[in-house]
Amino acid sequence: MLSEIRTLWEVFKHTFTKSETVQYPEEMPYLAPRYRGRIVLTRDPDGEERCVACNLCAAVCPVDCIALQKDTRDDGTWYPEFFRINFSRCIMCGMCEEACPTYAIQLTPDFEMCEYDRQNMVYEKEHLLINGVGKYPDYNFYRVSGLQTSSKDKGEAVNESRPIDTKSLMP
Amino acid sequence: MPKIIVDGQTLEVSQGENVLQACLNAGLDLPYFCWHPAMGSIGSCRQCALVQYQNEHDTHGRLIMGCMTAVTDGARFSMDTSNAVEFRKAVIESLMLNHPHDCPVCAEGGECHLQDMTVMVKHRDRRYTGKKNTHRNQYLGPLIHHEMNRCITCYRCERFYQNYAGGTDLGAQASRDRLYFGRQTDGVLESEFSGNLVEVCPTGVFTDKPFLADYSRKWDLQSAPSICGGCGVGCNIAPGERYGRLKRVHNRYNHEVNGYFICDRGRFGNAYVNSQKRLNYPGLQMPDGRFKAIDHQAALSRAAHWMKNKRVVGIGSPRASIESNYVLQTWLGAKQFCAGFSEREGALTCGIVEILQATRAINPSIKQMESADAVLVLGEDLTNSAPRVALALRQAVRNKSIAMAEQIGIPEWQDAAVRNLAQDALSPLIIVSSAATRLDDIASHVHTLAPNDIANFGDVLIEHLRGNISEDVDIINIADCLMTAKSPLIISGVSLLERGILDSAAGLAETLYDHNPHTMLSLCAPEANSIGAAMLSHTDNLSLAQITERASDIDVLVVLENDLTRRLDPTSMQQLIASGTTIIALDILENETLNHATLALPAASFAESQGTLINMEGRAQRFFPAFKPAHERQPSWQWLLHLAALDGHGELSKIIHFDEIVHACAQQHSPLARLTEVAPDHSFRRHGQKIPRQTPRYSGRTAMSADLSVHEPQQPKDLETPLAFSMEGVNQNQPAALKSFVWSPGWNSNQAIQKFQAETQKPSVGVSSGIRLLISSGKGIPHTSTDRTAFAQSNGWQLIPIQCLHGSEELSAYTDEIAELAGDPFVALTESCALELQVAAGDGVILSSNNVNLSLAVKIVARMAKNCIGFSAGYTQTLSLSAGSHVQLQRDPNWRPFKPLVIASDRRPNAQLRHNRHG
Repeated sequence: MLSEIRTLWEVFKHTFTKSETVQYPEEMPYLAPRYRGRIVLTRDPDGEERCVACNLCAAVCPVDCIALQKDTRDDGTWYPEFFRINFSRCIMCGMCEEACPTYAIQLTPDFEMCEYDRQNMVYEKEHLLINGVGKYPDYNFYRVSGLQTSSKDKGEAVNESRPIDTKSLMP
Repeated sequence: MPKIIVDGQTLEVSQGENVLQACLNAGLDLPYFCWHPAMGSIGSCRQCALVQYQNEHDTHGRLIMGCMTAVTDGARFSMDTSNAVEFRKAVIESLMLNHPHDCPVCAEGGECHLQDMTVMVKHRDRRYTGKKNTHRNQYLGPLIHHEMNRCITCYRCERFYQNYAGGTDLGAQASRDRLYFGRQTDGVLESEFSGNLVEVCPTGVFTDKPFLADYSRKWDLQSAPSICGGCGVGCNIAPGERYGRLKRVHNRYNHEVNGYFICDRGRFGNAYVNSQKRLNYPGLQMPDGRFKAIDHQAALSRAAHWMKNKRVVGIGSPRASIESNYVLQTWLGAKQFCAGFSEREGALTCGIVEILQATRAINPSIKQMESADAVLVLGEDLTNSAPRVALALRQAVRNKSIAMAEQIGIPEWQDAAVRNLAQDALSPLIIVSSAATRLDDIASHVHTLAPNDIANFGDVLIEHLRGNISEDVDIINIADCLMTAKSPLIISGVSLLERGILDSAAGLAETLYDHNPHTMLSLCAPEANSIGAAMLSHTDNLSLAQITERASDIDVLVVLENDLTRRLDPTSMQQLIASGTTIIALDILENETLNHATLALPAASFAESQGTLINMEGRAQRFFPAFKPAHERQPSWQWLLHLAALDGHGELSKIIHFDEIVHACAQQHSPLARLTEVAPDHSFRRHGQKIPRQTPRYSGRTAMSADLSVHEPQQPKDLETPLAFSMEGVNQNQPAALKSFVWSPGWNSNQAIQKFQAETQKPSVGVSSGIRLLISSGKGIPHTSTDRTAFAQSNGWQLIPIQCLHGSEELSAYTDEIAELAGDPFVALTESCALELQVAAGDGVILSSNNVNLSLAVKIVARMAKNCIGFSAGYTQTLSLSAGSHVQLQRDPNWRPFKPLVIASDRRPNAQLRHNRHG
């Protein structure tokens, strides 16, 4: 009996609290920068695609909605020949972002992706790629990675020494 | 059986093995790098550390290396004590000091033993803040990509390449933290087994270059158990597919056949599956000679119209499966069927079957060959004609060193110690051949004779063993080697197209058998299903010559996966084409026969269809499709069933499924009665489910085809096999014939194979390494003293076919990388012969005789029988040359190479490379 009255009282109290519901879409809610909405592919500070087609996002995706194919540029760097996200399957869990070793894939606060035709929910690389660095302004994977590219010789990556001369007789 | 105690758990172990093996066999996860089940231990990586205790009162113990410690009864070890755990973690941490930050762009990622081991020891953070060492990479040819930064200096590559496979051009250089594994200079790796470096390297130093160009992670590949069609050995392989393309081929462990290693033709020679020359739709030849694509209904109805009440003759193929050949033969009847061999090849292959069915000697598996302690090779360059056998012989010659080690109590797996003890001591390997072979470096006796004389040499040896003592010192020496051996092995084959060699090899084995019942006789067949086609053949069968002679009597000729230009001489081929016979040709790739066909039907390749192949030892093994055939391609047996049904064949029109063909074939051909046991039929289930082709982590299922339609298609159904085109099911403890991929929790690399074996280096669990269908009656082969004519000196040079790993096989030559390595067709001459003709390597010579006039590049070989010259066999340009015929040689002043000398495919822009790979 007492608990029922208490419950009624608690519900009644809420009549006077500030409403959490906003009049979307007239009134836009605040979404934090780390809100998990629409996925984008970002670029590194030099303006190149960050994605190296390592396939980790696809592997970790619980609904298997990411498919891509690796290709190699003439300078030796890896990039996705195609990169496809089927947003009609995506559950915005953010695990792809967590798995991404190059900060390429990032989730944005945009969630407004309504379509009449489900086919339009399939995003290819050109739909996903943005002209910006997203949340991580400085990171460039190829500056850190040991992979040799045409613009970065062996030993020029961060924390690397010059290539070893195997013919050296010095102690 | 000794017992050891590991962390209080008592393990029953085999006598003589090491602690690491014992732990792995018991299912314990003890990390390791440098130990390899086939190559033994050298203790260089220090990863498999355990603590050993003196007795039950010893609480302190001492660190030992698992791989270097033999098991002794009652020995006590601990894997979990903090001492051992910390040590193993520290070893990984130090190995990772210089490991580059490039896993995301490394082709080993996801199947990397180093990743697995790092996770296993729970090493996470890099504490060392110093700079990382870097190394320059080398260009190692079109097959292998080199990324030296990733090396952890375990020495496995060098040990495989030099010690196991006998290569000389890759090894360790420099010292301490400057250690480098590579060649002296950039260049194509010389070994025929270089591809195994990809699997042997525990990390990504050596990776598969063609796979890298069209890369997918291991977890994304859909794989199926398969059999290599590259030669007669029948190595087990696992092709992996994604996006409808064959991405790569990996070794599939079969204890009896290939073990842990395959050759480069088997690994890299299968990209023809993605070739632009593949047929997608049935093609109808129009009057202007061009082909019009039609659908399969139209093709079948047209074929039915042609065949109605007409004489139809079928030509089978030694590279097509038993089932396809069986359907064609049953449909048209034995009298209207030709097995598809050329005249000489057919006689020789049937000869092999006859010999192996009668001989008293043991017909060894490849594994058994490794136990031979004296080997005689008659007339074969095994490294090029049956490569995996050559690799087995490289192990067989080590039996002397193993015996020496055994005498002083060194176990076989103490690899460095055994090699140190033996130095250059090798068991006898006697090679009698017409030209230099790739095993010459380990041979104790080498003889260079013309094909005819090889047979005579064998006969003299037989006579000597029978008591007609020869005075020839070589004969006496060789006979001694064979007589004193515990298990001598005689190997021969059909490369030289000389029946006498087979007979003298068989006679020799028979004679030796009288002295030693452990004598082995092995005969190499040329193609994947040569033995199968010969076993299926019937005395009523037509020969190719009969078909070409009476081609005008034949209304319709059905050719199954066979390029007749490779079997017939050019004039017979012309005769056949000119006869106006309607040719219906089924094949995988565009070829000359197909170009002359009235109707070309697109057949599925080995990666898209199933079938049984019988290898050189008579072992039947089944291959399964890794993916569904695209477009209008169908497996040959399916095409033939349709055609037979339309032709009104009573029995075959009732058959729909593959398993029904297998049953019918097993019933009708008594030698093939056990065909049904080769692999489980389509109804096989493990825990109520099919065996998955996809890994548990297979990604992108809801996005792969979303560009075409967002509505995901149903997973393809597989009604023909016990495998599923999905990740559902249990990939564990199934028969080895159904092992589509190896993966076990925590073991993502191919080292996971040990989780599928009861013991390392032992057969897989649920053994089915294929079924031996060629069982000898043990009657023996009656000795006939043949009087062969000795090599006749005639005016001209006798042509000797030289088999080439890259180039001689029909289908693999359609793979870009293989075609590049194959190079130009050549004439092989000795130095002195070249001097006589005033030519040098790279020049051209004109070969001329009555019906041949051909200009070829000169290749200098170390030895060649007198008055003989070699020619690259199986190259399209040299198909008109006939082995054993005589030609005149002349320097070609105007010679130009067919191809530019340097065409490193990987130095082309990547876009072009990808374009070439899959259109």
